[in-house]
Amino acid sequence: MSTIITDTAKATHNGIFPSNEVMLDLKDLKKVYPTPNGDYVVLEHLNLQIKKEEFVTIIGHSGCGKTTMLSMIAGLNPISGGNISVLGKHIKGPGPDRGVIFQAPSLMPWMTALQNVMLGVNQVFPHATKAQRNDIAKYYLQKVGLEDAFNKRAADLSQGMQQRVGIARAFAIKPKVLLLDEPFGMLDSLTRGELQDTLIDIWNKEKITAVMITHDVDEAIFLADRVVMMTSGPRAKIGDVLDIDFERPRTRKSVLEHDDYYKYRKHLIDFLEH
Amino acid sequence: MKQSITLGKVTKFMGLGFLSTFKDLFTGKLDKDDFKIFLRKVIVPIASILLFIGIWHLGAKALYNIEADFRINKALEEQGQVAADEMAACIAAGEVSCQPNTLPSPGKVWASFQSLLKDHALISADKAAFIEKTAALNETRVAKGQDPIVYTGRPSFVDQIFRSLKTVFAGFFLALLIAVPLGIFIGLSPTLKSAFNWFIQIFKPVSPVVWYLLVFMIVKTLLIDSSEDSSFTISFISVGLCSMWATLVNTAMGVSSVDKDYINVAKVLKLGNFQKVFKVVLPSSLPLIFTGLKITLSVAWMVLIAIELLAQSPGLGLFVWEEFQNGANDSNAKIIVAMFVIGIIGFLLDRLMLSIQNWVSFEKTDAI
Repeated sequence: MSTIITDTAKATHNGIFPSNEVMLDLKDLKKVYPTPNGDYVVLEHLNLQIKKEEFVTIIGHSGCGKTTMLSMIAGLNPISGGNISVLGKHIKGPGPDRGVIFQAPSLMPWMTALQNVMLGVNQVFPHATKAQRNDIAKYYLQKVGLEDAFNKRAADLSQGMQQRVGIARAFAIKPKVLLLDEPFGMLDSLTRGELQDTLIDIWNKEKITAVMITHDVDEAIFLADRVVMMTSGPRAKIGDVLDIDFERPRTRKSVLEHDDYYKYRKHLIDFLEH
Repeated sequence: MKQSITLGKVTKFMGLGFLSTFKDLFTGKLDKDDFKIFLRKVIVPIASILLFIGIWHLGAKALYNIEADFRINKALEEQGQVAADEMAACIAAGEVSCQPNTLPSPGKVWASFQSLLKDHALISADKAAFIEKTAALNETRVAKGQDPIVYTGRPSFVDQIFRSLKTVFAGFFLALLIAVPLGIFIGLSPTLKSAFNWFIQIFKPVSPVVWYLLVFMIVKTLLIDSSEDSSFTISFISVGLCSMWATLVNTAMGVSSVDKDYINVAKVLKLGNFQKVFKVVLPSSLPLIFTGLKITLSVAWMVLIAIELLAQSPGLGLFVWEEFQNGANDSNAKIIVAMFVIGIIGFLLDRLMLSIQNWVSFEKTDAI
């Protein structure tokens, strides 16, 4: 199925990736939290366009409003001003067209890995047969390397494995946009590396437009087509954008050995330390 | 080997982990490192039980002496030396007429326990004989459309225990059927919560005695035409109403405080209300619901005794009351037997709930 999507994309866009079609559009986005001492403006005048099949990472200091922005895109946090649209349509609340991978794995601990993925699949493909839905869920669990853990309860899985299920659950509902809120922030660096590889493998096949928040400069460069740098809050906005011109599919080794890698890295660190 | 693992698991699961330590002792599996654990888990409880019995014994003896001295002195003052000597001899001989009426010693309680078991054996035999004798007659009576003759003799202590258990479970299930659904609705809807909050806050602290009287007023009128004994109905409804509050409050709290992450997942996946409640909210609040049910069952068992006593409904409560009124030589000892039986059954009920909780919910709870 993923190859079909890729082929049509190639046909329409003459092999240029990412395509020029705007998938996600944030216009003049604003978030205000009222406090007893007056309004606290988290975000203001935030404009960002993300193209179809683009992978964007967002980097910035803690508390700058990255997560607020992502949860607004997810529809879990009301918008105070401006608007967000997916393929030109304004969003209204949360929905399965925007899959989310949360910072905590957020699996239902009483369900098995398979049941957790099925929870979403059942919702998105209500007309498929039970066997077809099962196949979808199992396919994605295999893709994230959990073919031996279908029937293990989420509570019995390690944190890294739980987050793998989270990735499978998000991809299995075939969202238009994938939102990742520091999904690997809680993992040790070895597991984090493994999960980055898993994520990028499955993403290379599915090419779902992705927005990912991260604190990790190397992760931001390795995964992204573009790194968006946010200024510190309050009134956070986009400070700088860096295009990452590595070819896909990438391997960690090729990225690390690339001449531009340290140039990109320096750019990001200069911004963050500024 | 495999069996001992299973036993260990089963006992730990039921919150009876100390039992497997016993098994290790007898199968010689304890090594030096385990000795400290063995000391703490087995020797210390046994020592404290022995100490408890020792203090009880000495205390009972002291109380007995106070009563005996008082009787002898009273006889001396009122009737002179001869009467006092007679009283002293009578007490020493252990005659029923002059026994000091006070806290019975552990030995007496044990003897009463055995006599109660013997009594049960006698009554059971009697009952079996009665059923055998009336079997043929009952068949013809039933064939004629008449009611069969039933045994109406005195219930034994063991019968009383089972009647009490029947009442407590009837009350518990009533509480469960009312409190869990109501708690879910209250937890889901802030509107319902404010509608019911006053009701919960006011009725939660009401004493079992008052609940009994309230239920009595209502049930008596509702069953005014019925000739049947309503004491069981009244007592199980009262038990249910007294004990349901813990479940109601815990269920409402569990349902309203589901992890925000789970709710976000449900929102992103756009789960319908039914799915949200049954796939996300209920499973995640099960641990709290079960904590509530556990409290409910232990409260039910605790108030049961008082309510049976008031309702004159057969069971341990009535047994205790009748023994107290009876004032026979071993009545006090029988009351203490009932006390231990009530305590032990309460403990077992608690462990039963813990096992069910561990069985159905995703969080494992350790016994306290």
